[in-house]
Amino acid sequence: MKARNNRIENREEKQFFLFISPWLLGFLIFTLYPMGYSIFLVFTDMDMTGSGQFVGLDNIIRAFTQDPLFYRSLLNTLYFVLVSVPASLLMSFLIALLLNQKIKGVGFFRTSFYIPYITSGVAVTLLWGWIFNAQFGFINYFLSLFGITGPNWLSDTKWAMPAIIIMGVWTIGNSIIITLAGLQDIPEALYESAEIDGASSFVKITQITLPLITPTLYFNLVMGIIGGFQIFMQPYILTEGGPSYSTYTYMMHIYNSGFKYNEMGYASTLAWLLFVVIMIITLIVNRTSRHWVYYDN
Amino acid sequence: MEAYYKSKKNSGRIKVSLSYVILTIIAVVFIFPFIWMLSTAFKIPSEAYTLPPKIIPETFTWDNFIQGWQYADFTRYTWNTLIVTGLATIGTVLSASFVAYGFARFKSRYSGLLFTLVLATMMLPSQVTLVPTYLLFTKLGWLDTLMPLIVPSFFGGGAFNIFLLRQFFKTIPKDLDEAAYIDGANAFQIYYKILLPAIKPALITVGLMSITFHWNDYMSPLIYLNSDQNFTLAIGLQFFQNSFGSSQIQMLMAVSLITVIPVLILFFIGQRYFIQGITMTGIKG
Repeated sequence: MKARNNRIENREEKQFFLFISPWLLGFLIFTLYPMGYSIFLVFTDMDMTGSGQFVGLDNIIRAFTQDPLFYRSLLNTLYFVLVSVPASLLMSFLIALLLNQKIKGVGFFRTSFYIPYITSGVAVTLLWGWIFNAQFGFINYFLSLFGITGPNWLSDTKWAMPAIIIMGVWTIGNSIIITLAGLQDIPEALYESAEIDGASSFVKITQITLPLITPTLYFNLVMGIIGGFQIFMQPYILTEGGPSYSTYTYMMHIYNSGFKYNEMGYASTLAWLLFVVIMIITLIVNRTSRHWVYYDN
Repeated sequence: MEAYYKSKKNSGRIKVSLSYVILTIIAVVFIFPFIWMLSTAFKIPSEAYTLPPKIIPETFTWDNFIQGWQYADFTRYTWNTLIVTGLATIGTVLSASFVAYGFARFKSRYSGLLFTLVLATMMLPSQVTLVPTYLLFTKLGWLDTLMPLIVPSFFGGGAFNIFLLRQFFKTIPKDLDEAAYIDGANAFQIYYKILLPAIKPALITVGLMSITFHWNDYMSPLIYLNSDQNFTLAIGLQFFQNSFGSSQIQMLMAVSLITVIPVLILFFIGQRYFIQGITMTGIKG
């Protein structure tokens, strides 16, 4: 009997490995091997052809002591993350709250908020370039209706990053839907009993909705941070990192180091440093989450 | 008492009306850029650069679409994008469902560990593997071909998709498989004859999300493609902007519009599935 069970187990194990083999192969070829090789590259000055030498810790030292763009790009990216992530979180929460009411036409609104997310490619980025155009763009025209002279958005060092943040917040459709799903999971009975106790809308939102939605907000926060640190396409197309490096993001620095200046070793070093930064921030968020994320089990 | 309910009803009505007003304003903000794109695409050059801007062009023209499309080889770019998107999506749906079936239905000493590994790869920023993967494809001679954009999809279809489809497989009772086993079906037949049809909505979700991802993808084509005849739309558009862009905004908007429309049509057809897929993301987060 035992032998038979073993045979069945063996067969099941074989089938398990047969079916997951595409992933396992992919994991080895496209994740594990590149990760290992990338660690190796950190200690070399290899270029695209694969020729280079062992340089020890030079790349890491270079990033911290000889590369002003390392700090510049990191700070720019932090700026983007620190503003766009909370703004997106707040906006998507408020919009989801409005959508969570029993009102007609929710589908229409949901669609309009989601479309920017689904189309957020090069075409839409170019569209924003036109919207931010200092002279003929719509934003400055709109501002002029109120007597405000809009800035030269994308060519002004102070306004270029805010412009990219505005565009980023515009594509929050995804987190709106996720938050809405979270809101719909909150049991109706809780609101009903609060109502009997005479609770106001404000009390209901702060005492019931907000605590119960924290797991969803936490999810959106972590995904927002990870995604935010990888911001690349929008500034690369709109400003190429300018004016005077004000929108030069960390991802752009990795891309330029590797694929423009052909320094694969240094690009890998920058990538791993980014990974460390993201890990640290995610861990901090995770630690603090104990105090503000509410789980009912 | 009646007065109380009446006032409550009224305040509810005010609240709903207020919500409508706010939602409408926000919806306009979200939709307006597309209207602006549409309007610019139909303008004659002189009208694109007039103040105050007009939403409805005075002189309608189709020239921007025709001329813009001819300025660069957009037909070629579209064809390349279709090949990449089509094949990568087939790869994603096939291999993610195949692997998810393995994780959902077969036990092994290693299944827990390996599934944790699947989830862990979701957290790893792609930059870390970017350079070595590039060097690998260079060695394979795949640089400036569409291969790097297509082939990886066939190796598991992405951690998130495996995760999503595994969840769906788990909702289907195992009795179904067992009945089929007794009838003499093998594991592969059960996978594609019984389980795949049963999770069709989930497969559509994964397919749609894969299509929009590959259609919009910018980073990989930027890294791997060099020559004009291999460009995808994303790279082609940027190339077009660099050559004519800011002086020919009406053409740029026309061409951009053409490339956005397929995604929009797809979204309207598959709306239900998009929302379903995204909702799944949140629940298990």
